Order: sequence, then structure tokens, then C-alpha cells
Amino acid sequence: MTRHNPARACALAATLALGGGAAMAQEPIKIGVLEDQSGDFAAATMVKVHAIELAAEEINAAGGIAGRPIELVVYDTQSDNRRYQEFMRRVLQRDKVDVVFAGFSSASREAYRPIVNQFDGLAFYNNQYEGGVCDANMIVTGAVPEQQFSTLIPWMMETYGKNVYTLAADYNFGQISAEWVRNIVAENGGTMAGEEFIPLGVSQFSQTIQNIQGAKPDFVVTLLVGAAQASYYEQAASAGVGLPMASSVNVGQGYEHKRFTPPSLKDMYVTTNYIEEIDTPASQAFIAKFKAKYPDEPYINQEAANSYIAMNLYKLMVERAGSTDREALRAEIAKGDVCFDGPSGNVCLDPKSQHMSHTIFLAKVEADHSITFPKVWENIAPYWLGEAGCDLTKNDPSEQYTPSNPPK
Amino acid sequence: MDVVSTVFSFAYQFGDAFAFLVISAAGLAVIFGMMGVINLAHGEFIMCGAYVTVAASRIGAPLPLAILCGALVAGLVGMAVERLVIRRLYHRPLDTIVATWGMSLIATQGTLIVLGSTMQGIGTPLGSVAIAGGAYSAYRLVLMAAAIALLVGLWLLFYRTRWGVLARATIQAPHMARALGVETGRVYGMTFGLGAALAGLAGGLYAPTMTMVPTMGATFIVESFVTVVVGGADIFLGAAPAAAILAVIRAGLTAWQGQLFGQIGLLLAVIVVIRLMPGGLSGWLAARARR
Repeated sequence: MTRHNPARACALAATLALGGGAAMAQEPIKIGVLEDQSGDFAAATMVKVHAIELAAEEINAAGGIAGRPIELVVYDTQSDNRRYQEFMRRVLQRDKVDVVFAGFSSASREAYRPIVNQFDGLAFYNNQYEGGVCDANMIVTGAVPEQQFSTLIPWMMETYGKNVYTLAADYNFGQISAEWVRNIVAENGGTMAGEEFIPLGVSQFSQTIQNIQGAKPDFVVTLLVGAAQASYYEQAASAGVGLPMASSVNVGQGYEHKRFTPPSLKDMYVTTNYIEEIDTPASQAFIAKFKAKYPDEPYINQEAANSYIAMNLYKLMVERAGSTDREALRAEIAKGDVCFDGPSGNVCLDPKSQHMSHTIFLAKVEADHSITFPKVWENIAPYWLGEAGCDLTKNDPSEQYTPSNPPK
Repeated sequence: MDVVSTVFSFAYQFGDAFAFLVISAAGLAVIFGMMGVINLAHGEFIMCGAYVTVAASRIGAPLPLAILCGALVAGLVGMAVERLVIRRLYHRPLDTIVATWGMSLIATQGTLIVLGSTMQGIGTPLGSVAIAGGAYSAYRLVLMAAAIALLVGLWLLFYRTRWGVLARATIQAPHMARALGVETGRVYGMTFGLGAALAGLAGGLYAPTMTMVPTMGATFIVESFVTVVVGGADIFLGAAPAAAILAVIRAGLTAWQGQLFGQIGLLLAVIVVIRLMPGGLSGWLAARARR
């Protein structure tokens, strides 16, 4: 209680100050928020909007960004790529926001990215993804394959064996992620027992389960996306598949371990940069703040932490640059010391790729669906793009690269 | 041994696809196939049944009872919807599309707002069984039996009960039925309610195997419409054989080339059927019988 009081007094004082006049003269900084609040992805993404609102409230209570209050312009993109394009045009053209926080699925990001480029805006993509976006108009705070797969797959192969089956959602995220898995398995002397791509929205997995049982892999990499595909775990458990699973998307996004009946997710291993079970003081403080504002929040996932971090990084960059101008902000990133000590530990923006470093936690789902952390990799840089030849401090190709299609 | 396990595994996949098609399409076959109401809210009746089933199971009802609760509630909702909306639109089929689509949007978004973006599931009961060297989900075998039981039950209801005769009479010749003293309004209401209850039953039966989200009904929609369109107006002459044929196509293609080709096969089948037999399987069979 004693801890809360000064904070509340401070917030009150700041609100009064804002209302009082001094800050009123300052133009607000407008932040567009395009996230799915309904549709197939809503379960994983409502919390991102809440995290952004929480950060905005905190920043405003503490006097705003360089004295300017934050004004959020929020639209529900309905898990629909066309909505992203429509609303991205609207926030950039009509609402004239300073920056946009947008996107869950990689399909939605690739749908709106050309529009950000066209209007020369600045967008934060606060989501883990398949990596490779080298675009000066984008800042990515989510984790990428060199952070999630280069850690997870070798660890799984060492622990369970070298025969791997990949089950992935059939769109750019799943296809490119599966390519990463395939490459890492080959580099570590393993074999692919099989690979299957599942169209989004599929919810019946009988045949797939049988294919996996027939291939007898040592573990299954599940890169399934959306509520419909999540039905796989229940169906696999009831068919007695019983294989360990590895993933970059489950648990950390869709909190499947909370939604399904134990033990259907037993022995699922996920590399994530944040989930609410992480027991550091910074994480606990973040959860306490979050639950105070949103007591009914079902789960605080990694994208919530990334969205919150992104808001604070943006504040830091604007205050250092003294402007919201994109090139001035990028000049700050180019210095290589834009860092923030947030709920997931210390993170920094990489100048070459404008992606973020992460501490990666290996989360294991136990039989009762509690989470343990068998391993933590500290401070993994998003190195792949930079090593492959993307350097946004020099040029801006605005492309997405993959291991089989690297920068020329 | 190997042959046995291959044969059984294909039979299982066929049965699984068949059960999914029959169970998800039964309600639509009554509402769309028989009554001619293009019900785009079919998926939301399924979602309603699934949510009620999970809620009932959560407060302690045994699963079969919970599933019946789901079907019953969906049926009652269906009768209310028929009374309030559909009844006014029987002669305006295009308007029913808009009305039922609107109801589906309201139901999905309303559920999202009231109950949140997701609901904890109840887990699949019965575990797995080992047959011919493979492990299979026992509950999915139950679903196959349920699909057969559903067809038999519906056949008995429509062909062996007085209500069934009245329902068929009302739908085939409403003016004559009314002239003979049948309360056609009530029969329409009950038939629509039956269709909704069957959709609710589908939701209840599949609820233990799926993610509980407001949009879950959408994953049934394509399969159910494809089955009913291929089948034509008659459930028994049409939807059941259509489900069997589509299940062979789907199980075969999925086993051979994966889920994507299973879906492509399903959609190609419907295009071919609509081109060659505009009345669906049952229309084609009936026309041959008349010749």
C-alpha cells in the first residue's frame, strides 16, 4: 500500500498539471494502434492494445513525451488483412499520426508495409515473426528466428533426438519459419521426419496426427497460428501422440496452456522473450501494474511486453531526438544505444536491422500445465539480417529476406 | 498386419471426415436443404451449442447431458429467431441471407464482448485406443457412431412419426397442408428449431475437441454448405451420400498430399456437382428414379 500511494499522488499531480494548462499548449503526439480486437487472432492480441494503453497512461501521468501528451488512435483490424490496409491509410492520411503500432500476423504486416512505405510513415511491429524485414520505415520489437530457433532447435535435438517433424501454418510466417527449422536441423546433423503446412482456419487434424504417428519423429515443431489451428493439441493428446513439442508461437502468444485441459500440452517447449510466469522483480512489477488496470486480463503474453517496451522506446527516442521526425529518430537508433530496461530485462535496438535484442526464456509446459524455465539465453542480438547484408544506416531496400533469398 | 493397419487407418480417416461432414451439415440440411432458408448463422448456432455444452459440463453435468443441453438451447434460440426474424422473410430468400449474416455478426461479436476472446475447453474424454498397431482417439470413434445414429434418428423422425409427415407436407405443399388443417406456421417454427438444435448438437459433440472462441462456428461453415449443396434438398438421398463421397475425396487427398489438397478437392467436387447436377445428388437420383 505504501508503495502505491506516492505513485498515485504523482499520477494525480501530473493529471492536474496536464489539465491545468501548461501542457495543454503542447500538441499531443498521436499514436495509431492497429491490432486485432475481434476475429481469429483476438485471443492473443487484445492484450497488446491494453499494454499500449497502460504505457500511454503511465507516460502521460509522468508528463508525456517531452512534455507532450500521448493521444492513441485505436482501430480494430478484425484479424483481416484488408482492414489493416484500410486503417493504415486512414491513420496516416486522415488522422496524421506520428507513429503506428500495428500487426499480429505476418500476412497483415506484409499487407500494410507497402502503405507505410508509400506515405513514408513509421510503424512498430511488436510481434515475434519469421524475421528478415529490412525496412527503414519499420521498427520490430518482436523476437526473430535467430533468437527463437537457433536456441530452441539445437537444445531440443540434444535433449530428445535428431529426427524432427514440422507442422506449420500455411502462409509466409509458417513457410519461412519452417525453412529456418529445416536449415538448423541440417546444420546440427539431424533429419526431417516430415513437414506439413496447414491452411489457416483448419480445425480438424485426424490425418495429420496419423502422418506424425507414422513418421515417428523425436519431437514435433508446432508453428500453428490462430484459434482454429490450436485445436490440434487437444486432438493430438486424445489420439495419444505423446511427443515433445517445440514452438516459437504457442504459449507465449495464445496461452494455450491456460485454455486447454492438462495434460494436452505436456512437454511443449517454447522460446519466448516474455510470459507472465517469468519471476523476475521487473516482470512482477509489470504484472502488478497490468492487473491493477485490467484485473480481468486472461494472460499477459510476450506481445504485450513487446508493445509496452515499444511505447517506452519510442518515448526515449523522441526525447533524445527532440522531434518525432522519422529520420531524427533513426539517427538515434544508428548510435546503437537505444535501450530500455523493461519487464523482460534490458533490450536494445540494433541499428542495422532496427530489430531488438532479447533475453530468451525456454518455457516448458509441465503435465499440470504449469511453466518451468529449464534454460535462459541472455541478450541474444537480432544478428541475422545484419550479417546477411542488411544495413539500414546505409540504404533502405524495404524488402523481406529469407535464408534462401538473402540480401544481394 | 501392415495391410490391416493401412486399411483401418484409411477407414478411420474416412469415418472421421464422414462424421464431421454429416454432423456439421445435418442442421443446415434441414434449414437450407428442406426449408430453403440460406442460413449464414449456421456456424453461430454451432458455437452456441458448443458454449452451452462447455458451460454445462463445467458446472458438473456429465458430457452427454451437457451436449443435449447445448442442442436444446440452440434449438430454443433457433425457434425464437424463426419467430422474430425468419418468419417474415420466407418469400424473400435474398433478404434472409442478409438477415442471417447480420445475426451471425451480432452473435460472434456479442459473444466476444460478453464472454471474452476465449473460453477454457473441457478436454477430450476417453483417451486413445490402440487398434491394428496405431493409436487412435476413442472419442472420434464415438463421433462416427454419433453421425450414424443421427442419420437413423432423423430418418425415423421424418418418415416414421406423424410430426415428420406434417413437416414434409408443410414444406412440399404449404397451401394444401394448411387447407387440410395443419398449423403450418408452427411446423415451420419447429422445423427451424430442429435445424438449429442439430447445429447445436454438432457444436456440443465437437466442443471437447476444439478451441472455444467466438469464431469457432466459421470452421464448420464451408464443409456444411458444401455437403448440403452437393447433396441437394433431401437429407437421406442427398446429404448422407454426399458426405460419404466427399469424405472419400477428402480423406484420400489429405492422406496423399496434405490438408490443403483435401480442401481443394472438396471445393472442386462442389463445382463439378453444381455444373453437372444442379439439383444436387438427391435431385439427380430423383430424376433418374422418375425416368
